[in-house]
Amino acid sequence: MLIAATIAILVVMIMSIVRAVMGPTFYDRILAVNMFGTKTVLLISLLGFVMGRPEFLDIAIVYALINFISVIGVLHYSDSSVFKRSSQQKK
Amino acid sequence: MFAVIMLSGIYGLLSASFFVAMDAVDVAFTEASVGAGISTLLMLVAITMTGRSEHPVRHKPVLALVVVIVTGSLLIYGTLDMPYFGSVTAPVHQHVAPQYINDSMQQVGVPNIVTSVLASYRGFDTFGEVVVIFTAGMGVLALLSVVRRPKGIAEIDSLNKSMHEEYLVLRIVAKMLIPFILLFALYVQFHGDFGPGGGFQAGVIFAAAIILYSMLFGMSTARRVINQSLIQLLAAIGVLLYGSVGVVSLLEDKHFLDYSALSADPIAGQHLGILLIELGVGITVASVMIIIFFNFAGRKNSEQNQESNES
Amino acid sequence: MGSLMDISSAVFLLIGSFLCVSGGVGILRFPDFYTRMHAAGVTDTLATAMILIGLMLQNPDGLVVLKLIIILLMTLFISPTASHALASAAVHNDLKPVLDNNEKVKTSNP
Repeated sequence: MLIAATIAILVVMIMSIVRAVMGPTFYDRILAVNMFGTKTVLLISLLGFVMGRPEFLDIAIVYALINFISVIGVLHYSDSSVFKRSSQQKK
Repeated sequence: MFAVIMLSGIYGLLSASFFVAMDAVDVAFTEASVGAGISTLLMLVAITMTGRSEHPVRHKPVLALVVVIVTGSLLIYGTLDMPYFGSVTAPVHQHVAPQYINDSMQQVGVPNIVTSVLASYRGFDTFGEVVVIFTAGMGVLALLSVVRRPKGIAEIDSLNKSMHEEYLVLRIVAKMLIPFILLFALYVQFHGDFGPGGGFQAGVIFAAAIILYSMLFGMSTARRVINQSLIQLLAAIGVLLYGSVGVVSLLEDKHFLDYSALSADPIAGQHLGILLIELGVGITVASVMIIIFFNFAGRKNSEQNQESNES
Repeated sequence: MGSLMDISSAVFLLIGSFLCVSGGVGILRFPDFYTRMHAAGVTDTLATAMILIGLMLQNPDGLVVLKLIIILLMTLFISPTASHALASAAVHNDLKPVLDNNEKVKTSNP
């Protein structure tokens, strides 16, 4: 059952990479990368259980935090210089 | 170029997953925190300063492609001779590694063999790594630091109020998360003896918490909370702590960075030595990451302020 | 007792993987950014919770369960906040949703 769950999560990760490459707008890509990150947290926890080493849970905690900070960082820094200048020119 | 950065972030994540699959916990930890997190963020800040797209290339870079293909195929041809991954007769597994694995518990007394190799058997190399990180921080300071006039308190308050409505939910959630992240960084630092962790990862996590704070609450508020000269002093103190452990060993008539000189019982000396140098590594890594981020992001802010003042 | 926990852990893992895969299919097939975000956000949080509870029931050892509870709490805090930040950034930058109204469909360009 653990191995089936691991395979399911790998399939979902491939699906989100397809969306990241395909997505027409910029926000689709950020959404796909965010989903990839949360699935990675699950994948690391499951692999830790499959291989019998519960120390991997520390990596899962760190990765959840880093994923959050990266998404907030991308939104903050993409919101400022490039997009605001173009929307001000339209006004 | 945004797409390039996103894809390189995903690549860093994939390599962290490879390390997890190969059962290398410490390396996966460091790769997940540094490669997939902090470097993506720093590259993002860099391209908001330089621009989103490259200049169109005039000529097709055929010569570069040929050189890359030839070098790559020579490298692959060289690896055909090497023994298979994980085979018992590989030289890596014959000479030094069994000695480390067998003797580490008696000589150093620390359960995590990766930490004992990093901090005690190869302490000199780790000293070199810390000095390299410190030099990178100094390079960024020398090239990018801009003298700016400190903003008055009234200006900071008005900035805070205007940002408050935009970022309300994020600010409240961050207020709950940031103390937890700092505490977790301390846990990773001191737990490095028994599980995955150590100085490098702890420093990066600490810097990530400070970066989150300064993104959500504004650069000027963050500059008042984290004094810049204190951070530069702390970066130097980390390297100094590491070096002075070595010098103390020299003064006791032993080799440089020989930890058994630190206490009467050699195992207790090893523990004390590893604790002190991991502390030095963590302090330097955290301070240098904070210096790099503040210099990149602060420059962007000062350029925007100059443009809005001129227009 | 042991087999009851095994069975319930297997059930939770099964529900969690099914929700995860349905979220993945949703993110590929929905027509618009906001609907995709709905699929990703809801199934992200719920699938993570189910899988983590399933893992907790597999190995009721002290420290491991504590770490799994920490990951679960953090995901419950972080995931909705990230969705909120993404949605408000998209609205702030004038990304219009595709609505059922015919006039809106003609004038919306994402």
